[in-house]
Amino acid sequence: MGVTAILFWILSSLALLSAIMIVVSKNPVHSVLWLILVFFAISGHYLLLNAQFLAIVNIIVYAGAIMVLFLYVLMLIDLKKIVDPQRSLWIKLVGVATGCCLLLVLIAALSKADQTTALTQTIGGNIGLVENLGKILFSEYLVPFEISSILFLSAMVGAVVIGKK
Amino acid sequence: MNEVPLTHILVLSTALFFIGMFGLFTRRNMITILMSVELILNSVNINFVAFNKYLFPEKLDGVFFVLFIIAIAAAEAALAIAIIINLYRNHQSIDVDDATEMKF
Repeated sequence: MGVTAILFWILSSLALLSAIMIVVSKNPVHSVLWLILVFFAISGHYLLLNAQFLAIVNIIVYAGAIMVLFLYVLMLIDLKKIVDPQRSLWIKLVGVATGCCLLLVLIAALSKADQTTALTQTIGGNIGLVENLGKILFSEYLVPFEISSILFLSAMVGAVVIGKK
Repeated sequence: MNEVPLTHILVLSTALFFIGMFGLFTRRNMITILMSVELILNSVNINFVAFNKYLFPEKLDGVFFVLFIIAIAAAEAALAIAIIINLYRNHQSIDVDDATEMKF
């Protein structure tokens, strides 16, 4: 077992454990902190998958911006009232059962999948660096890039309008 | 990286997806529901990057899909948090079961 395999197993177990802690922990602040841990594990997976720029973007945008926004809102809101609400045990059991059934079906389908494509050789380790990404982003993906700026503008206007008294 | 087969990564992202789905169904707090949605989006992102790496290692299309998904998730989180703050202002709670005005 090589280094990447060991790293893969460590990061996977970290991601799964923290993801379970997100949905199990009762305090929303703890859920936010576990979610940040999941994002770091996923960034590690991106590094293993040759997407270095994406790993950094994931940490900056998710762990840096979105999670800080969540923490701010949780501090603005009175936490004592919202710590407790949980659904009944039956709904949780049914949720676990149905989720595990669908998970089993998907994993069974995956195990039958064609394995020959998984043996593709790696072409260099630096395809995910910012130079290659920038060249393609500003030539082939220019139109979606510009459209996403319009999306951000409309989201900003919408957030201000909704949040206004 | 070829020592880790593609199916392992797919199983990981499927498991993350269903943990997020479980959180979406069982939590009643709107912020934790939103966090579960973010978890689901991230599990899909892992799929995109893994397929890009294993099937088309000379292209970058999967990486750009993930970039745009992250951008859209940021916009969505901002809007959802504005809605949550408005809901809290009107109901003094962010429990989804308390907002029943539009229930038929």
